[in-house]
Amino acid sequence: MSSVSEDPDTGIPPAEVPDLPPPHAHGFWSRWVFSQDAKYIALQYSGTAIAIGLVALVLSWLIRMQLGFPGVFDFISAEAYYQFITMHGMIMVVYLLTAIFLGGFGNYLIPLMVGARDMVFPFVNMLSFWVYFLAVVVLAASFFAPGGPTGAGWTLYPPQAILSGTPGGTQWGIVLMLVSLILFIIGFTMGGLNYAVTVLQARTRGMTLMRMPLTIWGIFTATVMALLAFPALFVASVMMLFDRLLGTSFFMPALVEMGEQLSYGGGSPIVFQHLFWFFGHPEVYIVALPAFGIVSDLIAVHARKNIFGYRMMVWAIVIIGALSFIVWAHHMYVSGMHPYFGFFFATTTLIIAVPTALKVYNWILTLWRGDIHLTLPMLFALGFIVTFLNGGLTGLFLGNVVVDVPLSDTMFVVAHFHMVMGVAPIMVIYGAIYHWFPLISGRMLSHRLGLIHFWVTFIGAYAIFFPMHYVGLVGVPRRYPDISASFVPDSVATLNAFITVAALTVGAAQMLFLFNVAWSLARGRKAGHNPWRAASLEWQTPEVPPRHGNWGDELPVVYRWAYDYSVPGAPRDYIAQDDPGHRASWSHVP
Amino acid sequence: MIVAACLVLIVLFSVAFHLVSPWWWTPIASNWGYIDTTLVITFWITGAVFTAVVLFMAWCVFRYRHKPGRVAHYEPESKRLEIWLTALTALGVAAMLAPGLVVWNRFITVPDDATEIEVVAQQWFWSYRLPGADGQLGSSDVTWISADNPLGLNPHDRFGADDVVIDGGDLHLPIGKPVKVLLRSVDVLHDFYVPEFRAKMDMVPGMVTYFWFTPTRTGEFEVLCAELCGTGHGYMRGYVLIDEEAEYEAWLGEQLTFAGLPAGKEVQVANTAEPIGGSDP
Repeated sequence: MSSVSEDPDTGIPPAEVPDLPPPHAHGFWSRWVFSQDAKYIALQYSGTAIAIGLVALVLSWLIRMQLGFPGVFDFISAEAYYQFITMHGMIMVVYLLTAIFLGGFGNYLIPLMVGARDMVFPFVNMLSFWVYFLAVVVLAASFFAPGGPTGAGWTLYPPQAILSGTPGGTQWGIVLMLVSLILFIIGFTMGGLNYAVTVLQARTRGMTLMRMPLTIWGIFTATVMALLAFPALFVASVMMLFDRLLGTSFFMPALVEMGEQLSYGGGSPIVFQHLFWFFGHPEVYIVALPAFGIVSDLIAVHARKNIFGYRMMVWAIVIIGALSFIVWAHHMYVSGMHPYFGFFFATTTLIIAVPTALKVYNWILTLWRGDIHLTLPMLFALGFIVTFLNGGLTGLFLGNVVVDVPLSDTMFVVAHFHMVMGVAPIMVIYGAIYHWFPLISGRMLSHRLGLIHFWVTFIGAYAIFFPMHYVGLVGVPRRYPDISASFVPDSVATLNAFITVAALTVGAAQMLFLFNVAWSLARGRKAGHNPWRAASLEWQTPEVPPRHGNWGDELPVVYRWAYDYSVPGAPRDYIAQDDPGHRASWSHVP
Repeated sequence: MIVAACLVLIVLFSVAFHLVSPWWWTPIASNWGYIDTTLVITFWITGAVFTAVVLFMAWCVFRYRHKPGRVAHYEPESKRLEIWLTALTALGVAAMLAPGLVVWNRFITVPDDATEIEVVAQQWFWSYRLPGADGQLGSSDVTWISADNPLGLNPHDRFGADDVVIDGGDLHLPIGKPVKVLLRSVDVLHDFYVPEFRAKMDMVPGMVTYFWFTPTRTGEFEVLCAELCGTGHGYMRGYVLIDEEAEYEAWLGEQLTFAGLPAGKEVQVANTAEPIGGSDP
């Protein structure tokens, strides 16, 4: 890579494959519905994810209304409460966060950031979205099915998930949930193969792996992880579906339900937990790594400074991705698995904190001695760092096996994972939308509305989840529709009411964001070309927004990494990746 | 300016909340003070890191905010700095992990003199079984469960005859004596959770799990279920009473043994037979 920056004329390899135009749309259906353009598919993915995400938002309001004011809302029975928390959790983790980061940002940014005309398999890409869409429809249908959606908790632990004591357990709910997950995984696999192959095979000339923006590294690594992790959930879902519909006993031991001997026998509920978390823990990083990547780029662009320690950042992403496959059972310290597992999984879990901490340091060291523009993307990036740091540090409590014992299954856990994989990645999603909206639409989002949106969301979310840790510390268990107990002081109820008010406010602020998007699409200030003066390739397209095929007649040629900001001696404070001009003197710059 | 000030305020709020808010853990009633100590160490280390990192960030935002003419410093990486930071982080992590693993080792090493008792969970209540004069629990299995034999004790196992069966009542335990709590579920996952004891463990149908503790304080402690077990999960409550030895003995004398239950009658007939069938916890 150093030879490239020394001599671009010899360092840029010739094109290995001919530059073929991507498939063109010929009519209404192939243009607007079954589009094969990654940018359009990205918007389809994001729109669907946000739509179902709004359902999850409303569910979170209902959950908080019950917890903050128990007994006031008659329609929230225990059954309904469990259905709300289950659907809220599953929608947020899988159907919103995973789909929007990989299907949304992945589709939009991968071809543009690596200099490709489109994904390598456009037809499969289109299918991927429509299968995902079907999965969302099946999931949403369970709200209208007899018995309603499943109330098994988003972890769907058997035996209760498929027994009559759980809402939807012996009716439609759990069946639709499992079928929806199976569809989601099929859809994701098609998309995921596409993202990985595109990154590996369709980069333009000069775009070496170590010149890719961290956004692409994050999305790429997360995609590979998802391709390895989702199969575990797939088999677990299929097996549980068999247990439920065909009477097999993969996860079902002999048991007595409400005095009745059931015909199950010989299965193990703990095996399901292993399969679930073998997927579930990498899943945390499948959401986190794209967020890590994107936030790195937001900070670099808006602090006008190269991301500090780029190579370390790349390796940290890869190492975190690999380690995340051997930490899963830290979700199971009190599951009854063999206690010796505790030593192993506590150690691996705390080791993973080291590369993660390094990433946090490097984000802040990028701010240090920077030229910090407090734009909306930067504000959301700062919000991400605070919430991610907070949530990451409480992870050290829960990862350290014996400390987890009193805290597991309490509200402390709820507060932790919302901070670290709810609030933090959503901060990044918003930052990314404020950042790339001008590229996607050609218009800027309103700064003033954005400021209100940011401050209410950031301060509000912190006010929700920071105190919630202490509710858990008192000992209040999670998944309780009514938390009163002999050891819980009355003041906790007051705190809960406060948290609920904060949650309703934060939820309302998201409507402001939707209004901002709608208003700015029609009336927003014209963005023009590269409004943030960013160096990465996606801003260097001949047209804004980029057209079908992205690059006009000629594919771009890349001469440098994506972080040449404030290079001494350069005429401007950034040098675009496809600019063959001024070269930095730093020997390691790729 | 405002942004940096807000970041500082977040740190101040968080630290103040931690120090002065009334919400803290319940007074401990078991020997697991070690867990609390490890937790406090973790709070100190993570709190220091949070404070330092966010304050440094606030300072950066204040000091390096954009002004006309400001140019960012150009330094792509610094190996020395990164190595230092890695080493310091590793040290901090080790400082939390090491005591954690030591305490975990104690947690899973049951003392030899611990009395075995059994907690049985089902949707949505708790039952208990204490060993009788022989000091041993008889074997059990879900297939033995019937209206007459709610905990599924093996009627052919002589060790089970004198077992004290508490079906739906409160559990009493003597203070100061280590107990190994064997955990069994007859239907779905549950988790025997008494916040004051700190220890907890899931109960899994088809297997017997356990934890141990020594009660250190007399009183009445609420039992909750900590693993989602269906619609009644939030209302699956009970009480454990820690008694002085004399009170405990008096209570124990009033309890029914398995042999006193209809299903237990057979045990007297077969009490010379070797235990057959079922799992021996």
